[in-house]
Amino acid sequence: MMILSGDRPRNAVLSVILAAILLALAFAPFLFPGSKPLNVAAKICIFALLVASYDLLLGYTGIVSFAHTMFFGIGAYGVALALFNYGPSWSMIALGIIVALPLAALLALAIGLFSLRVQAIFFSMVTLAVASAFAVLASQLSWLTGGEDGRSFQVPPVLRPGNRLFDGEIFGVAFNGRVVSYYLVFIACAALFLLLLRIVNSPFGRVLQAIRESPFRAEALGYRIVVHRTLANVTAALIAAAAGALNAIWLHYTGPETSLSFSIMLDILVMVVIGGMGTMYGAVIGATLYILAQNYLQALMGSASSMAASAGVPLEPGLFHPDRWLLWLGILFILSVRFFPTGIVGRLRQGATKA
Amino acid sequence: MSALLTLSGVHTHIGRYHILQGVDFTVPQAQTTMLLGRNGAGKTTTLRTIMGLWRASAGTIRFAERAIEKDATPDISRAGLAYVPETMAVFSDLTVRENLMLAARDAALDDTRLDWIFRFFPALKRFWLSRAGTLSGGQKQMLSIARAIVEPRRLLLIDEPTKGLAPAIVGALVECLMEIKRGGTTVLLVEQNFRVAQAVGDHVCVMDNGRIVHAGGMAEFAADESLQQKLLGLSLDTHQ
Repeated sequence: MMILSGDRPRNAVLSVILAAILLALAFAPFLFPGSKPLNVAAKICIFALLVASYDLLLGYTGIVSFAHTMFFGIGAYGVALALFNYGPSWSMIALGIIVALPLAALLALAIGLFSLRVQAIFFSMVTLAVASAFAVLASQLSWLTGGEDGRSFQVPPVLRPGNRLFDGEIFGVAFNGRVVSYYLVFIACAALFLLLLRIVNSPFGRVLQAIRESPFRAEALGYRIVVHRTLANVTAALIAAAAGALNAIWLHYTGPETSLSFSIMLDILVMVVIGGMGTMYGAVIGATLYILAQNYLQALMGSASSMAASAGVPLEPGLFHPDRWLLWLGILFILSVRFFPTGIVGRLRQGATKA
Repeated sequence: MSALLTLSGVHTHIGRYHILQGVDFTVPQAQTTMLLGRNGAGKTTTLRTIMGLWRASAGTIRFAERAIEKDATPDISRAGLAYVPETMAVFSDLTVRENLMLAARDAALDDTRLDWIFRFFPALKRFWLSRAGTLSGGQKQMLSIARAIVEPRRLLLIDEPTKGLAPAIVGALVECLMEIKRGGTTVLLVEQNFRVAQAVGDHVCVMDNGRIVHAGGMAEFAADESLQQKLLGLSLDTHQ
């Protein structure tokens, strides 16, 4: 259990679900051939990491930030602009990361030191304002960022879809640049997720949990809450920026809609709540469920609607019309909050404790 | 006998309320001082003001000859003060072990000291890896006190440790407080249970309306029923 930093899932059903997700993601190119399933799998990896980094803030430290997509965007734009302006090479990816990560850390440090001294609501408002300003800036500086169109760019040759790592196939799958890119994303996300698990189970992570529960008590034990909250903010920002960089490498594109929009922030919030706050594993489950729903619920409803229409069932064809998929996603979210207030992981663990 | 803690003319405002209105008293080194008073007299506010959780609006607080009234709470804690609030203040999502590790800060837990603590509170050993939120009220209070003594501190501020506890647990608690006292630790204890106050206290300070209205030896105070009646509206006999 060293690899999980001693933080086991603590529930048999949860262990099975997590193992199934891990195996499905690890063998996604072989189990689910095709462009869309691989894209969904990569998105799950990236968002599981992004949501886990947000869980460090919301679930473990108890602070609500609206600037998480800004850090995600900084990582994405860092890599995108380096590759777009200086050519597709590994050194440019490294340059993008070397510039983006410290920038994200500095911004997080500044926001934290400026606003985490006072009430949590003030921090939330400051992050909202800074993130909005950053999104506007990215749209306005079109000479640099490509404005609303964003930037499409080339990636190093080994990551291009047309490139084959070797001749022949493994289980009927050609090992091309797309598969290499996927495994780059998968391994990096898995490694960073394990790092986050290590952080929350370290003495630092325990202090964060103590601060979340009672800042006064934590202070009375000698801990400086501003320092710890700011460090958590910086760590979360660094991981979010790394997730953004991976997203850019995967998409070969970065724009405001894919990396800075407020809807991504809402998605992150929904995923962390569905999965279960303060658990880390909840990020994996929340991201998996939400992204699967986002990508397949519409198609599923389309089939249900046509089946109902052909069977002559009244009302149902309209109710399940594919255009209403967001309504159903919203209903599913309300139901999950109603029946799993502590998220899926929290609920499963509560069940294990009672048993 | 030298004073470890001295409060001089301490005032504390909470919002528009003027709670402490010039508190003066000293806590002698290696002794247990009881802070008594009716509900709402300002006892808890006094402890919280010493810890910096409420800011003193006027007056000075000196700990070991150093003014601490302007220090931040973590600095006050690191200077050697430990605070046990009255609300069984444990971190419920963390295990018993993790709660004690937090109190030990950067240091590793000392096995000898842990064994000493387990002698008074064996339940903590039994529930070592259980989440503190699952403990009973008495066990939470034990953990709260254990957290304050897991590392040697120069001054313990303890707020009504026996409140709502079963008599058997109160007995263990008194034994623990006596042992702490014998070990030379200075204690400032807020307590409503007069028997406990008499058993462990060397000195007594009585508060009323945000001021100290009496200070002296515990033995003399316990013997003077009319003084108890006058200051607290009760007597030791009626509370035994």
